[in-house]
Amino acid sequence: MSKLIAFAAIQGGYKVVSATEGLYRKALDTYNADTKIGFPNTAYYLPVIYSLTGMKVETLEDLKKPLEFARGLLPPHIKGKHHLPYLGPLLDAGMAAVFAYEIMEALRILDQPDFYIPEEDPDIEAGKIWVGPADDTILRKRGVEFVDGSAPGFAAVVGAAPTAEIAKDIIEDYQKRSLYMFCAARHNGTSVIEQLISLGVQIGWNTRIVPFGPDISSAVFALGFANRAAMAFGGVQPGDHKKILLYNKDRIFAFVNALGDVGTEWGVAAAGCVNWGFPTLADSDIPEILPTGICTYEHVVANVPVDEICQRSVEVRGLKTIVSDIDIPCAFGPAYEGERVRGADLHCQAGGGKTQCTELVKMAEMNEIEDGKVILDGPDVTDLKKGDTFPLGIYVQVAGREFQPDFEPILERQTHHLVNYIQSIMHIGQRDIAWVRISDAAIEKGFSIKDIGVVLHAKYHQDFGKILDKVQVTLMTNKEDVDKLTARARAEYKTRDERVEKMTDEDVEVFYSCTLCQSFAPNHVCSVSPERTGLCGAYNWMDCKASYEINPTGPNQPIEKGECIDPVLGQWKGVNDFVYKASRGAVTHYNFYSMVIDPMTTCGCCECIAAMLPSCNGVMTVNRDYAGETPCGMKFTTLAGVMGGGASSPGFVGHSKFNITQKKFIKGDGGLHRMVWMPKILKEEIKERIERYGEENGIPGFYDMIADETVGITEEEILPYLQEKGHPALSMPPIIG
Amino acid sequence: MAEIKKPVAKKAAAPKLADPIAATIDPASQEMIVRAQKMGIDTVFDRAVQMKPCNIGVQGICCKNCSMGPCRLPLPKGGIEGKDTRKGLCGATANTIAARNFIRMIAGGASAHSDHGRCVAEVFLSAARKETDAYKVKDINKLLQIAPALGVAITVEEDGEIKDRDIDEIALETAEAAMNEWGKPEGELLFAKRAPEALYEKWKKNGVIPRNIDREIVEIMHRTHIGVDMDYKNLMKQGTRAAIADGWGGSMLATDLQDVLFGTPYPLQSEANLGVMKEDHVNIVVHGHEPVLSEMIVAVCQRPEIIEYAKSKGAKGIQLSGICCTANEILQRHGIPSATTFLGQELAIITGACDAMVVDIQCIMQNIANVAECFHTKLITTHPIAKMEQDSVIHIEFDEHHALEDAEKIVRMGIDNFQNRSTEVMIPQQKATQIAGFGVESIQYHLGGTFRGTYYTLNDNIINGRIRGIAGVVGCNNARTRHNQAHIEVVKELIKNDVIVLTTGCNAIACAMEGLLTPESASVHCGPGLAEVCETVGIPPVLHLGSCVDNSRILLAATEVVKAGGLGKDICDIPVAGSAPEWMSEKAISIGHYFVVSGVYTVFGVTLPTSGAPVFHNHICKEYEKLYGGMWDIEPDPIKHAQLMIAHIDKKRKELGIDRARERVLMDMADRQALEG
Repeated sequence: MSKLIAFAAIQGGYKVVSATEGLYRKALDTYNADTKIGFPNTAYYLPVIYSLTGMKVETLEDLKKPLEFARGLLPPHIKGKHHLPYLGPLLDAGMAAVFAYEIMEALRILDQPDFYIPEEDPDIEAGKIWVGPADDTILRKRGVEFVDGSAPGFAAVVGAAPTAEIAKDIIEDYQKRSLYMFCAARHNGTSVIEQLISLGVQIGWNTRIVPFGPDISSAVFALGFANRAAMAFGGVQPGDHKKILLYNKDRIFAFVNALGDVGTEWGVAAAGCVNWGFPTLADSDIPEILPTGICTYEHVVANVPVDEICQRSVEVRGLKTIVSDIDIPCAFGPAYEGERVRGADLHCQAGGGKTQCTELVKMAEMNEIEDGKVILDGPDVTDLKKGDTFPLGIYVQVAGREFQPDFEPILERQTHHLVNYIQSIMHIGQRDIAWVRISDAAIEKGFSIKDIGVVLHAKYHQDFGKILDKVQVTLMTNKEDVDKLTARARAEYKTRDERVEKMTDEDVEVFYSCTLCQSFAPNHVCSVSPERTGLCGAYNWMDCKASYEINPTGPNQPIEKGECIDPVLGQWKGVNDFVYKASRGAVTHYNFYSMVIDPMTTCGCCECIAAMLPSCNGVMTVNRDYAGETPCGMKFTTLAGVMGGGASSPGFVGHSKFNITQKKFIKGDGGLHRMVWMPKILKEEIKERIERYGEENGIPGFYDMIADETVGITEEEILPYLQEKGHPALSMPPIIG
Repeated sequence: MAEIKKPVAKKAAAPKLADPIAATIDPASQEMIVRAQKMGIDTVFDRAVQMKPCNIGVQGICCKNCSMGPCRLPLPKGGIEGKDTRKGLCGATANTIAARNFIRMIAGGASAHSDHGRCVAEVFLSAARKETDAYKVKDINKLLQIAPALGVAITVEEDGEIKDRDIDEIALETAEAAMNEWGKPEGELLFAKRAPEALYEKWKKNGVIPRNIDREIVEIMHRTHIGVDMDYKNLMKQGTRAAIADGWGGSMLATDLQDVLFGTPYPLQSEANLGVMKEDHVNIVVHGHEPVLSEMIVAVCQRPEIIEYAKSKGAKGIQLSGICCTANEILQRHGIPSATTFLGQELAIITGACDAMVVDIQCIMQNIANVAECFHTKLITTHPIAKMEQDSVIHIEFDEHHALEDAEKIVRMGIDNFQNRSTEVMIPQQKATQIAGFGVESIQYHLGGTFRGTYYTLNDNIINGRIRGIAGVVGCNNARTRHNQAHIEVVKELIKNDVIVLTTGCNAIACAMEGLLTPESASVHCGPGLAEVCETVGIPPVLHLGSCVDNSRILLAATEVVKAGGLGKDICDIPVAGSAPEWMSEKAISIGHYFVVSGVYTVFGVTLPTSGAPVFHNHICKEYEKLYGGMWDIEPDPIKHAQLMIAHIDKKRKELGIDRARERVLMDMADRQALEG
C-alpha cells in the first residue's frame, strides 16, 4: 500500500522541513548570517545539496535558498479518497527531507563542533562514537574501493536490531560480502553501533562499519558520500541531478535496512533514498512498494526476517556477491571428473562387486528434514586401512514446494558426476551397482565420507535450486543399514521403472516440447509424450517435465495436448496449435503414431529412422550407428539428410531406439508388426523387448522374422526370407492406403 | 366456402421509438431518453431506430464525386469469385471509390483539427503581438519546449556568453513560425522531426512527409475529383500525408499552443455525467471543441461580480459544465465537470436546467436547436463558421480581441435566462468522480518526481510484465451502437489484462461517467500487475489525456516511451495498440490513420467504410504493417476488439523478447563496468 507510505512520508517531510526551518531561525538568532558553515574537509560544500542543485553553501545565510527549495518540493498532502498521483510527490518529499536533514546536520556541527570525531575510527574510550560526514580524504580512499570493485556496495543501516547478537550476525553477513555498513539512527534507545560496541566489535571505516551518527538525519552522510563518489569518480558535474542519481542507481549498489519501527521521519528518509535507486528493506510490517523502475527492482520490502536481511537486500538491489566455495578438504570441479583412482593409489573402496554400494534419492516433507544436515551412520574412512572395502549407502532426502517424486531419479543420476567432481575420488555406476574408490591422496587431505553429503547438498542447491528447498543426506557404512537401504531401493527402482514403462499418453494431459535442436533445424519441434520418447533417445517425458520445472523458459515447454483429433494416428488439437506456432507456421499438424500419414517431423538428430518398404508391405528402421546400405536404398545419413530440417515426410519417421518397443510405435500403421528389417546391432540391442512384444502379441518367433543385413539390403533380397518365415506384415492390409 | 375479407383499419403508424435501455448503458441518459419520449421530443436515439443507414454507403463503395453518379458498387453477399469487375460510370473500381471516400474522410477530419489549430495559433499570434489582454503566455516552459521544434532559438549569444532570450521575442517568433506551418511554400512539416528517428526515416522513405498542413488537404480534394488519382495505393499515400499533417501538425500545434496559452494540464479531481448540473445554479453548458472561448467563459464565471449577478437573479451560483471536447479542454485545465458525451448533448437540455448552451464548432447536432425550443434554454452559436438555420438560435460572434466582453455577454445571457425556466427541472442524480489532467509532462513527473521523473519507470514495468502494454482508446459515440457500451467494455477488458489505457475525447468522458478514472478503480478492474503499478504511482488505470486534438499527446507519450529505452527504436516496436470503439466522425478516421502510420495497430468498432472493397481493405489492414508498422482493423464486438489489441501487444512483447518472466540479474563489478557510459 504505497498510498500509506506516501501519506506518512509526506507528513514526515513537512515535519522535517519545518523542524529544520525552526533550527535555522534559531541559528540566525544566535549567529551572524555570514558565519561559516559546512562539513569538515570537503570541497563539496553540503554535498547532497551541492551535487543535486549546484548550490554552494558556505555561510549560514547560504542555507536560506536550499531550505526554501526543500519547502518548495513538499507536495500537497495525500487525500484519503480519490487522491491524485503520489509517487512523484513522495519522492520529492523524500528529497526535501534529505536536503533538510543535511542542513540539520550542518547546523548541528555549527552548534556542537565536537559532536563528531572526524577520523576514520571512533574513539570509544573518549565516548566519541560518531564519525559524522566522511571528509574528502576518506571519500577518495574509500571511493576507489567502490570503483575498482573491492567494495561491491554499502548497506545504510538505520535503527537497531532486536538484540545485540543479531546486530552482530547481520553485520558479519555484510562483512563477509565486503559491503560497507553506514549506520545511523536509534531505535528503542539504542543503535546497531552501540549494540556492536557492547559486544566489543571493532567499528570504524577500517572494519567497514561506519558509525555516522545517532539520528536519522545522520543517514544523509551516506547519500553525501555516494554523490561525491559520482562527482569524483563518475566525472558528473554538480547540479546535473539526473546523471548523479542514475550513476548511483547503476553503479553504486547501496540499499537501506530499516531495523525497528518506521515512523514518518524514517519513511521520508527512505523515500529520499529511492531517488538514488536505493531500496529499503525493513524488518517490520510496513507497506511495500514492489513494482520496479526507480530502483532496479523492488523499492520497499517489508517483514524481512533479520537473519535473511542481508541475502534479501543483496537480491533486491540486484547485487551479485561471491558465494563461498563448497567446504570440503579436496579440490572440487569438473576438471576432476575424468580422473581415475588406480590400484596403486587406492586407499579403500565401496561397491564394485566387493561390497554393496547403493544410492537412493527420495522426496521428503518439508518439516521432515533439515537442510544441510549430513549424517554418517557407521565408521568413516579414517577407521579403514589401505586396501579395505566397506559397504556404502547414499540416501538423500529432498524436500521442496516444487518437488515431485518424478524428479527423484533425475537427481539420483547426478550423484555419479558430482561425486566424481571431488578430486581423488572416483565414482562408477549408479543405483545399487555404484562403486566409489577413494585414493590415498584424498585420505591425506582429510577426506571424510561426510564430504559426499556436503557436495550433494551444495550442488543440488546450486543446480536445482528451482525445484528443491531442502536437502538432507545420510551416509551409511554399516552392512545391515546398507542392506536394508538396498532392499528398499530395489523396490523403489522397480516401481519407478514400471511407472515409466506403464505410463501411457492417455494418462497425462500435458506433453512437452523440446526445441534443443531448433538451432540447426529451425522448423523442428520435438514433442515428447510418455509413449513417444524424444527421438534423440536422450529425453523421456519425465526428463522434459523436470527440465521445464527447473528452467521454465528453457527448451522444454509444456504442451496442453487438448482435444484428441485422432486417437489412432495420435493427433491432438493442443499439440497442433503448439507445433504451428513453434514452427512459425511451417508445420500445421502431425501424428504421433504414424509414419505414413503426416508423421512427426525430425531434426536429424534422431537415434533411428524408420522407412516404409512398400513391396514388403512393411517398414524398416535403421539406427545412426549402422553405416551400411538399407533396403529402402538409403543409408542413415542420406535418410537423415532427406528428413532433417523439420519437414514432415510421409513414409519416414525419426524415433528413438526405446520407442520401437513402446506400445504406440507406429500404431496407426499397424504397429511393430510391420517391422520387417533392422540392422543386426539394433536388433540385438533390443532383442529381449522385441521377443516380449512377439509373445504378448501372439507372434512367436517374431524376433527371427525380422530380417537384417545378413539377409539382405534390398527389398528383393529380404522378401523371400519374410515369406519363408511367414512375417505378419505380409498378411496385413496394404501399408499404402 | 368463401372467406370474407375483413377490411383492415388504416391507422397512421406512430414513429418507432428507441428502447432507452438498449440505447445506452448510462442510467442518467436512460432517464433523460424516457423523459424526452414522454415529452414527445425526438432524440438521436429515436432517429437511429427510425432511419437505417444505407448499406452501400456503409461499405464505402458509393461514389458521389460527379453528377453521373451516385455510382453504387455493392459487394455481393458471398463476395466475388474471380475477377472483380465492378465499375462506376467512369470506370472507377471499388478500390478507387473506397479509397477516395476514405481519404476524403481524412481530409474532413484533418481540416477540422487543423482549422481548430489554426484558430488557436491566430489567438496565440495576437497574444504574442500583445493585441489582446485576455490571452497571455501562461506556460513559459512549454513555450521554451516547443520553440526549438519550430526552429526558434531560445538563447542568444552576447559577447561570447550564452544568455536566455527574451520571452516575448520567442513567443512572437514561435507564433509566426507556427502560423507558417499551415501554408508555407516550401520545406516540410517541422514537427515531423519530433517523431522517433526511425519513424521519421520511414516516412521519408515512403515519401509521406507533409509539406504544409493546408496543402495536403487541398491535394486530397483535388486527387479525389473525378478522373485524377485512380490508384488506391497512391490515394492512400496522400491520405497518409494529410493524416500526418493532422496528428503531428494541426492537432499537435493546437495542443501545444493551447498549453502555452492556457497552461499545461496537471492531475486534478472533478466529476462527470449529467448529475453535475445543479438545479439551484445557473447552468451554462459549453459544447464543441475550442478552448479559446470556453477559457474565457470559465474566467468570467469565476468573477465575483458575475457570481453576485447570478445570485441577484435568485441562483446560488453558476454551474459550468461541458460536452464533447470543450468539456475535456476545460476539465483538464480547470477541473470543470463534464456533463456528457456526444450522444448526450440533447439530453443535457432535456434536464430543463440548461440555461444556456454555448457551442462553437464540431460535433454539434443541429437537432439541439429543436430541443432547445421545447425548453427555455438559450442556444448560442459563437463561431463565424458555425451557425444554425433555426431562428431560435442566437449568434454571438466571438472575437478574441474582445474575448472577455463577448464571454461576459454570453454568461450574462445565461444568468438572465435562469428565471425563465418553465418545465420542471429534472437532473439525474448520476455523477462520478474523476481524476483527470494527465499529459506527457505530468506522467513523466509522476513516474519519478522532480529528480527521477522518466518514462523509463513505465517501460521498466512493461518490461517486467506488470504492465502488459499500452492502449490508446479514443473517439466518439455512435448512435448505431449502444451508447458508451463498447467504450466501457473495451477499456475494462484491457485493464483487466494489465494493459494501461490512455484515453481522450468522448471515450474519456464515457470512462469518467463509469468511474474508471479514479485510482480506486484499479483494484477493482485491473489485473494484478497493473493494479500494483497504479497503487505504486497513485494513478487510475485509465489516464485522461484530453480532447481529440490531444491525441497528439498520445503520440508524444509513445515517443517518450521509445526514447526512454528498452522497448525498441520506433513506436511500432512498443507493445501498444489503438482503438476507437464507437467512432463516427471523419476526425476519427483521420486520427485512426495518423495512429496507423505512426506505427500503431488501430482497431475501430462499429464498421469501416472499406468493407465493400476487399483489396483496398486488405491494403490498409495488412500491407500497411509492412509500410508503417501499424495497420487498421475492425471489430464491432468489444471483447474481441480488446482481445485483438492484446494479441498485438503480446506479439510486440514477443518480438522484444519480453514475453517471458524477466530474470533477476545480479550484477557484479565487471557487469557494472561494462555498462555504457
